Amino acid sequence: MGFLDALLGRSKPANADLDALFAVPQAALTLQASIGLMPTGVGAVCYRASEGAAFATAQANVQELLDADGGPAVELSQDSYGFTWLVCRQPAEALGDLVTELHAVNQTLQDNGFGPSLLCSVVGFVSPEDTRVGLVYLYKRGTFYPFVPEPGAERRDNALELQVRGAVGADLRIEPELNRWLALWGTPALA
Amino acid sequence: MASTRFRTDRGLTARMGLVGFLFVALYLGFMALLIAVLDVGAPFIVVLALGLGWAQWYFSDKIAMKAMRAREVTPEQAPELHGVVDRLCALADMPKPRVAVADTDIPNAFATGRSPKHSVVCVTTGLLRRLEGDEVEGVIGHELAHVAHRDVSVMTVAATLGVIAGLIMRWGLFFGGGGRDRNNAPVFLAVWVASIAVYLLSFLLVRALSRYRELSADRAAAYLTSRPSALASALTKISGDMARIPTRDLRQAEPVSAFLFAPALNRKSLTALFSTHPTLEQRLEQLARVSADLGRPV
Repeated sequence: MGFLDALLGRSKPANADLDALFAVPQAALTLQASIGLMPTGVGAVCYRASEGAAFATAQANVQELLDADGGPAVELSQDSYGFTWLVCRQPAEALGDLVTELHAVNQTLQDNGFGPSLLCSVVGFVSPEDTRVGLVYLYKRGTFYPFVPEPGAERRDNALELQVRGAVGADLRIEPELNRWLALWGTPALA
Repeated sequence: MASTRFRTDRGLTARMGLVGFLFVALYLGFMALLIAVLDVGAPFIVVLALGLGWAQWYFSDKIAMKAMRAREVTPEQAPELHGVVDRLCALADMPKPRVAVADTDIPNAFATGRSPKHSVVCVTTGLLRRLEGDEVEGVIGHELAHVAHRDVSVMTVAATLGVIAGLIMRWGLFFGGGGRDRNNAPVFLAVWVASIAVYLLSFLLVRALSRYRELSADRAAAYLTSRPSALASALTKISGDMARIPTRDLRQAEPVSAFLFAPALNRKSLTALFSTHPTLEQRLEQLARVSADLGRPV
């Protein structure tokens, strides 16, 4: 935000950067080769649903679009912070299709003027020890970070997260500021 | 080109710009007049006032925290509050401020700090007790907007100019009246009247600026959370509560009221002109407009 914007109190909502998601399939290959993480085929988009009819219509359009392919139906859920998760499922080996679906969600919301409502996307992975690993994309930053919740408690496996960061650092833009690695407890993408 | 639902309120921006411009013009004009008429600058006093203003700005987070008896909370102590702030900061793409809680039953919130990186967002326990989750989020969105708009810096500059005017007024009274220039009574009188006028005018301008910045923060929060109605409901609840709280507690909170979410003042005689915050009706009306904008089909 510029000096004049601050002086006049007119911050604008940050717009989302959508295209970086297409780098995920390449990163998945690296993750598999280097630390044995396999995609689960589950991905989710997290956004803030606006009040009013326009958003409900846009959201219904997204669901209709994604369910038209005859695959598993997308699922909608609300988290305790009032954000909506739209969960997409594809076969584990079809990561490209999953990313295309996530992109369709983003694009539809953005085309309807709701780009600033996008918070993050999560693509699910699973380690050989059956640990769930989420690769999170922050729309406003245009960066990725790994999120590894420990089962049961609200704690993160920082060691594995840093390992993932090291592995995909060349494929994806990793969020450099660690305090922006938002904890997403209970995300349906890793359930 | 990505479409967006965000609408800048050009009228509000223009009014704010005008007030800011009048401010600077007023002071430059007054200083020029003073130097021309009395042939003396007041460098020492002005430097002192600037220094005080600077200290107030630089230590604003500590001063406000002390004044409100607020304590910083860690993510472990207040996981939900931190979760809300985390998500809103990620949505707005801004650095996360520190989070604090003040143990008082007055439902309120404030943001302070000299820059977004040194900011604190504080809510009172009374606020957390009275409001629902999405209403608390609306309030925090409002405070984050104050941080993003650097309102502490802007209002401190404005208020410091007011302090300088007050000092110069006294200085003009002291030196002009009792000093070397006894024969020049009309000049003294002119300076004295002018400084009082400046003081009054600056007071009104600071208040107007504060009201516009509150409206801006409401607006930004409504777009950030996409829930203008939750913020409106929070405002209604807090305003209703404020009227029932004894005046003595409220007066205690007065020094920091320019940065508070809803003003902790309960003087019926104060007209809208003297108020640091817009009226509830004005704020609700603006939020209703944002709500309509969000619901409009593309």
